[in-house]
Amino acid sequence: MSDPSAASIVSTPRPEQPTEIGAPTNAGLPESARTEKPRGLLGDAWRDLRRKPLFWISTSVILLFVVMAAFPSLFSSGDAVNGSLSHSLEKPSSQAWFGYDIQGRDVYARVIYGARASIVVALLSVLGTMLFGGLMGIISGYRGGWVDALLSRIADVFFGLPFVLGAIVILTTFNGSGSNNSKVKIMGLVIASLVILSWPVVMRLMRSSVLATKEADYIVAARAMGASTGRIIFKHLLPNCLAPLLVYSTIMVGSFIGAEATLSFLGVGLKSPVVSWGIMISEAQNYIRVAPGLVFFPAAFLVTAVLSFVMLGEAVREALDPKLR
Amino acid sequence: MSEQSAPGAGGAGRPSGRLLEVDDLRVEFRTQDGVAKVINGVTYHVDAGETLAVLGESGSGKSVTAQTVMGILDMPPGFVTGGQVRFHGKDMLTMSAEERRRIRGEGIAMIFQDSLSALNPVFTVGFQIAEQFRIRRGTSRAEAKKRAIEMLDQVKIPNAKGRFSNYPHQFSGGMRQRAMIAMSLALDPEVLIADEPTTALDVTVQAQIMDLLGELQRERQMGLILITHDLGVVADVADRIAVMYAGRIVEEADVYDLYAKPAHPYTLGLLDSIPRMDEKGQQLRTIKGLPPNLMNIPPGCPFNPRCPMAQPVCREKVPPLLQIGAGRASACHFAEELVNRD
Amino acid sequence: MGRYLVRRLLQLVPVFLGTTFLIYWLVWSVPGDPFAGKCGERRCPPEYVAAMTAKYHLDQNVFVQYATYMKNLLQGDFGTTYSGRSINDIIATAYPNTLKLAVVALAIEAVIGLTAGVLTGLRRNGFLDNLVLVSTLFLIALPVFVVGFVLQWLFGVQWKIVPATVSSEMPFSQLLIPGFVLGSASMAYIARVARTSIAENRRADYVRTAIAKGLPMRRVVGVHLLRNSLIPVVTLLGTDLGALMGGAIVTEGIFGINGIGRQVYRSIVTKESATVVSIVVVLVLVYLLMNLLVDLLYAALDPRIRYE
Repeated sequence: MSDPSAASIVSTPRPEQPTEIGAPTNAGLPESARTEKPRGLLGDAWRDLRRKPLFWISTSVILLFVVMAAFPSLFSSGDAVNGSLSHSLEKPSSQAWFGYDIQGRDVYARVIYGARASIVVALLSVLGTMLFGGLMGIISGYRGGWVDALLSRIADVFFGLPFVLGAIVILTTFNGSGSNNSKVKIMGLVIASLVILSWPVVMRLMRSSVLATKEADYIVAARAMGASTGRIIFKHLLPNCLAPLLVYSTIMVGSFIGAEATLSFLGVGLKSPVVSWGIMISEAQNYIRVAPGLVFFPAAFLVTAVLSFVMLGEAVREALDPKLR
Repeated sequence: MSEQSAPGAGGAGRPSGRLLEVDDLRVEFRTQDGVAKVINGVTYHVDAGETLAVLGESGSGKSVTAQTVMGILDMPPGFVTGGQVRFHGKDMLTMSAEERRRIRGEGIAMIFQDSLSALNPVFTVGFQIAEQFRIRRGTSRAEAKKRAIEMLDQVKIPNAKGRFSNYPHQFSGGMRQRAMIAMSLALDPEVLIADEPTTALDVTVQAQIMDLLGELQRERQMGLILITHDLGVVADVADRIAVMYAGRIVEEADVYDLYAKPAHPYTLGLLDSIPRMDEKGQQLRTIKGLPPNLMNIPPGCPFNPRCPMAQPVCREKVPPLLQIGAGRASACHFAEELVNRD
Repeated sequence: MGRYLVRRLLQLVPVFLGTTFLIYWLVWSVPGDPFAGKCGERRCPPEYVAAMTAKYHLDQNVFVQYATYMKNLLQGDFGTTYSGRSINDIIATAYPNTLKLAVVALAIEAVIGLTAGVLTGLRRNGFLDNLVLVSTLFLIALPVFVVGFVLQWLFGVQWKIVPATVSSEMPFSQLLIPGFVLGSASMAYIARVARTSIAENRRADYVRTAIAKGLPMRRVVGVHLLRNSLIPVVTLLGTDLGALMGGAIVTEGIFGINGIGRQVYRSIVTKESATVVSIVVVLVLVYLLMNLLVDLLYAALDPRIRYE
């Protein structure tokens, strides 16, 4: 950690921070003296991102996980679902790099195949949260009045529910131990509960963006010139709210991967025979003393996946925030 | 230390009995985009009971000079690359941090332009004044409060006792600047630096604050350094004026001389750009062009691209600040001609 | 101020009713037969079914049921479990444990988070700064149950410094690891908020003024800079306390702490509907009131803010 290149992983090195000098220097430099041409916020952000090792590291790791989720057979030829008890708790070998679990299943194969459930659930949940919360936020901010008041109170109701608790209640109600839901239905329920408990945050974000831009001169002008509501929303409002939403959704993918794992760990989320990291940790927790690797490998994959999404979100946020530059 | 000593004051390091002297001070800002030479050999001084006005456009380095004197320049990006700041003949730039700290407030105090951001928003005005008595003088809370109220009284804040426990945002701009003055004078400093003290205020309030400053300065026989970009403000209050341009003093003179016979074309331009009652209807004269880019100051006289009198020599040689008569100096190749014209 | 408080309290009412109704509906009505699987393996004894139906009007529609439930609740009656145990009792036993854990977690995250945040805010881009930035990213990214497992395994199993699970007396020394686990994510947020806040305020004009007044550096930093920078941190801590007091299902589960989170989880699994609803009602109430408190705290910390 002590070498300088590693020390600058998180933030781009800023030996001197020109923005913080304040008036004295800038005042001395007339507009004409600033050599760089004005660029858009996104262009600026991209230029900033490209220089960040953090951005490249997290993007490549994410790409790796996506490929893993789409084509797990590229990474492992083992069988993730069926094992033979004769291999139970065998140590890692050239056959099974991470050893075998209690039922004699190949841990490496399971970890690889586990990526799909985790990533699919997280991505779909984020998509759902963005669409639903975003829609509610736009309606609420754009219509105002009693619609806004009603939607805001409804959002407060869901916001007031503690996340894990709410998810457990919802999932045990619809996905209790007695129920015989199909694989797809379980996934759908997990996704639905994540969306139901998370949309208020996106709604608030969107609503305040809409409120902030709604009264902006250019929107008023667009409306005066007869632009339709739909056109104003898609052409003017959305592009302005995009930056915070982009950052938030990236980080949210990470936290949803974690949330899915937590729910599976608690036994209310995904269930065997679905393969997911949370299920693996949950199943292995009782053997942590004899075979810590059974917890370690899925946990390591889980943490890496979550971390890379959070880091990507962080990098994008830093790049988009002119104050931090 | 100093590469090029301006003849305006005594040579570097020699004590001269002055109260506060800035001697050939050089400061630059090192930023990602390059090095900006913000102060390029500034020399001025102030004595007890005297008011020096430092005049210049924004970016001329007048505030940075004051911040360097006060030791509140942000370093980095600021770097002092040369010169001295002497208080009672002793160079403050080579003192220990602790020695310097003791001078602040008691030796040299400062008031700032924007009193709203300069006062701490979460403490009462009274606390911020009383704090100095408690920390610097070790007085009791009750005594500190009493003296803070006295200070508020001295700067003519009505109902000083009641306003002691008000927060800065509860004051009007003028009252807040008065409180700021009370705070800076609490420890009875020998020199007061006022950095654009009235710029953020209404015109009528401006005059009141300037009057108050003048009065307090006479009562206490302080040295006052008044930093401003407003020629109108200084005429009544200042004894001497130093005009700054691109990090240099370009002219220094008594108020009367400077107004009557400016010895630098920049000063002339500034005087000409004041709207005058007797020239109503005429177009306002302005100085053409912009101040130089401090990362790339033009060779020769820094003012030459904007100077109506510029000659070839102005583009080659930097004019030194030279004495051109009793108590006045100019950094122009044609200072004599300017003074002697008519 | 008083009017603001009243208005805020009035706004809480619909949110409180909405949230608790939602939970009530999910737990009692959605599964169809409210007594399915409620009494373990056996069918519920008819007396119990009759008693519960009479008390909560379970034969009527969900709104009547909820109203009856709320009426009982307002009289301080949280109901009974199917075995006849008072739910007031369960909450009274479990809640102090949760509070104890919450306070320990809050203290740990405040001390570590603040120290890291202040140090890095004062000296940015150094080695320590980058170390803190990277480690906070890790703490934010790690799901609590992973942190819990790793620390439990390291301290309780490998090194045997503390018992792997907390004993029922809840000694302070055994709560340190669970407290750290519970507070780990918030600790990271606190460190980051404190860092940004300090770094932003460090060059503020009033800090410059304080230096110009000749105050010693420790007073400039310790009083003028810190007091301003702590406003967002303290509000964050307050919000977090609200969340912590909601019980920690995962942390309490891993470390075997008999707190409210473990109780509610257990009741959900054993389908103790009355207990689930009652505990959630308490938690939602605590959460909403804590959020209100944080808003008031914010006004108390920053004199510029006045609620009308």
